[in-house]
Amino acid sequence: MDNKIGEVIESTTTGFIAEAYELYNLPPFGGLVKIVEPSTEIYGIVSQAGTASIEPGRRPIARGKDAASEEAVYQTSPQLMKLLRSEFSVLVIGYAHNGQIYQYLPPKPVRIHAFVHSCSGDEVKRFSQSFDFLGLLVAANAQVPTEELIAAVLREMSRVQNDPRVFLITTGKFLTTLLSGDYRQLRAILGRLRA
Amino acid sequence: MTDTNQILGIVVSGSVEKGVDIRLDNQSSVEDMVVGRYVTIEGKKRRFFGMITDISLGVTDEAIMEIPPDTADLFTAEVLAGTATYGTLHVLPMLTIGRDVASAVESPQPVKTVPSHFSRVSLASEQDMELVFGKEDTQRFWIGNPLDMETKLCLNLEELVKRSNGIFGKSGTGKTFLTRLLLIGMLQKSKAVNLIFDMHNEYGWEGSSESGGRKVKALKQFFPEKVAVFTLDEENSKRRGVSTDFTVRIGFDEIDPEDIALLRQTLNLTEPATEAVYQLRRRFGKDWMQKTLDLSDSEETKNLLQQMNIHESTFQNLRRGLATIRRLPFIVPHASVDAVKSILEYIDRGINVVLEFGRYRDITAYVLVANMLARRIYNRYQEKMEASMAGNVAPPTPLVITIEEAHKFLNREVANYTIFGTIAREMRKYNVTLLVIDQRPSAIDEEVMSQLGTKITCLLDNEKDVDSVLAGVSGKNELKTVLARLAPKQQAMMFGHAVLMPVSFQVREWGSQQSYKEFARGNVSKQQTEKDIKELFG
Repeated sequence: MDNKIGEVIESTTTGFIAEAYELYNLPPFGGLVKIVEPSTEIYGIVSQAGTASIEPGRRPIARGKDAASEEAVYQTSPQLMKLLRSEFSVLVIGYAHNGQIYQYLPPKPVRIHAFVHSCSGDEVKRFSQSFDFLGLLVAANAQVPTEELIAAVLREMSRVQNDPRVFLITTGKFLTTLLSGDYRQLRAILGRLRA
Repeated sequence: MTDTNQILGIVVSGSVEKGVDIRLDNQSSVEDMVVGRYVTIEGKKRRFFGMITDISLGVTDEAIMEIPPDTADLFTAEVLAGTATYGTLHVLPMLTIGRDVASAVESPQPVKTVPSHFSRVSLASEQDMELVFGKEDTQRFWIGNPLDMETKLCLNLEELVKRSNGIFGKSGTGKTFLTRLLLIGMLQKSKAVNLIFDMHNEYGWEGSSESGGRKVKALKQFFPEKVAVFTLDEENSKRRGVSTDFTVRIGFDEIDPEDIALLRQTLNLTEPATEAVYQLRRRFGKDWMQKTLDLSDSEETKNLLQQMNIHESTFQNLRRGLATIRRLPFIVPHASVDAVKSILEYIDRGINVVLEFGRYRDITAYVLVANMLARRIYNRYQEKMEASMAGNVAPPTPLVITIEEAHKFLNREVANYTIFGTIAREMRKYNVTLLVIDQRPSAIDEEVMSQLGTKITCLLDNEKDVDSVLAGVSGKNELKTVLARLAPKQQAMMFGHAVLMPVSFQVREWGSQQSYKEFARGNVSKQQTEKDIKELFG
């Protein structure tokens, strides 16, 4: 499969961290990714991404004082591509078993070195026919603000829908019941969905 | 119009006393709902019929009201609609029908419970309405359409005329049209005969419509053989081109002290003056009125008055009052033909009588004549009814007496004296009932109001009037909201004996060629039958 983008390097029941195969080639924040196991696919949402030095103790140093452009920096120091790496965190929001989609946590966490794939438009459409995954996101302990995350997910998903506005309104209504005790958070999310 | 089978929402709370609350679902807009409309609620074991009595807006979170979305933010508003912000219907369940086969054939029953949680609610369909109010048939008369519906609303007139009834509504709301319609209905569908005291000459030959003073046909034009027009003012009737059947004259000797007592307020009589009438009647006998008016200001008179213990000023007060009566042109010293007798003759033959007042529209004439004639007719009915109870004589034809400005006869002070008070209270014992028309129901005695079987009311806006019309009806407070929102013309609400549940409706149209054709139909078919009989049997 050519949409392989990374590999799991740390895993728990609620999520995993993957390293991108190519520096800076990260899936979008809020994007849907999957891991394919025999007879099971595990779906997750990109909740955080970043790039840092391979060695935790060694920070990169600034190199571009005399360079003409940012690209020039990388060209003059090709070793940088090997010393840095891009990682992304994924929140697991469901899985498919024998073709049936379940929007709750899978029985087992994903394995280390499992391949992470980005999802095609059709896959996103298929997964977003039900909105129960929003419950997991509302409760998730993400490193980013929940409203940012949920809004990003819905914006990403709406992009591939036949009628993005209808999709956003329907999911918005679903969220309203989910967040019935927290109008402020609801408003914050809705505010980020407006086209 | 909203599709009737569409689910409006579900029951979320309620009580038998206060009615149930229905949460509208996302698809239904509060703006499509109307108070006064009917809904059906599909309970688990029964179906319920109810009327929308209130529509309100709700929010799940108080914060929404504190920080509402920006007016330009249509997206947020749309998301919140139906979820965090929603519409609520308040419905007063009125009837139930069982679900099983055995109870499906039974007629609808009054509600004694509420539908269970989350029962589905939809607008009542045409079939539902027919189930409750029946179809047009030999007894049922189409009087209008339920608000926002095409169904014909039918009223069982045979049932209606068994009790006294009332038509209310403030001036200009269409009481007269409604009454005319109901009278036509009675002519078509019931066996009862009508006696109509027609104060404004609206029911006999033709009436006028308020918009543009257009003339509209009245009873006699549809049923010439079944309606006789009596008049107090022949000249006026002629000028209006009405052919009358009888001119009513009333003799002094026909006026009784009770009639004067009733006129106390209009004639501005004092209490002692009305008392004096009874004494004078005892003293002078039948001709008391003539003789009282003939008394001169002599010593002799003074002595006479002293004997009877009548004070001079009281006497003068009474004389002024009696003189007012004498000035009425249809009052003569002695009437050659007895009006009561001829009215009864017509009624016995099943002919309806409309008594026109011509120019004498003042309340004195109306109260005097109506009360006097009705009292004597009622007495005759009482005799006949008692005779029929004793022997094998057929009971007299049921009689419906129509009176306008009813509060003049039935207010708290006089209801106990007037014959109309008696008729209203004793109801149908003697086969006489009333059709009371009034614009100030609050002025009518409560006891009388409580005895009225079916009440039909157009728009009323005085709090007291509304209270008195709705007194004793279950769900009064809810119905108030509906009543207050009737259109100022041609809409009415009906409740009581002849209808299973209160209903607000658009009154059937009167005045077009098509409507005339339909009103006369009952009559045509009868003529046709007679013609057929003749052809068949010679």
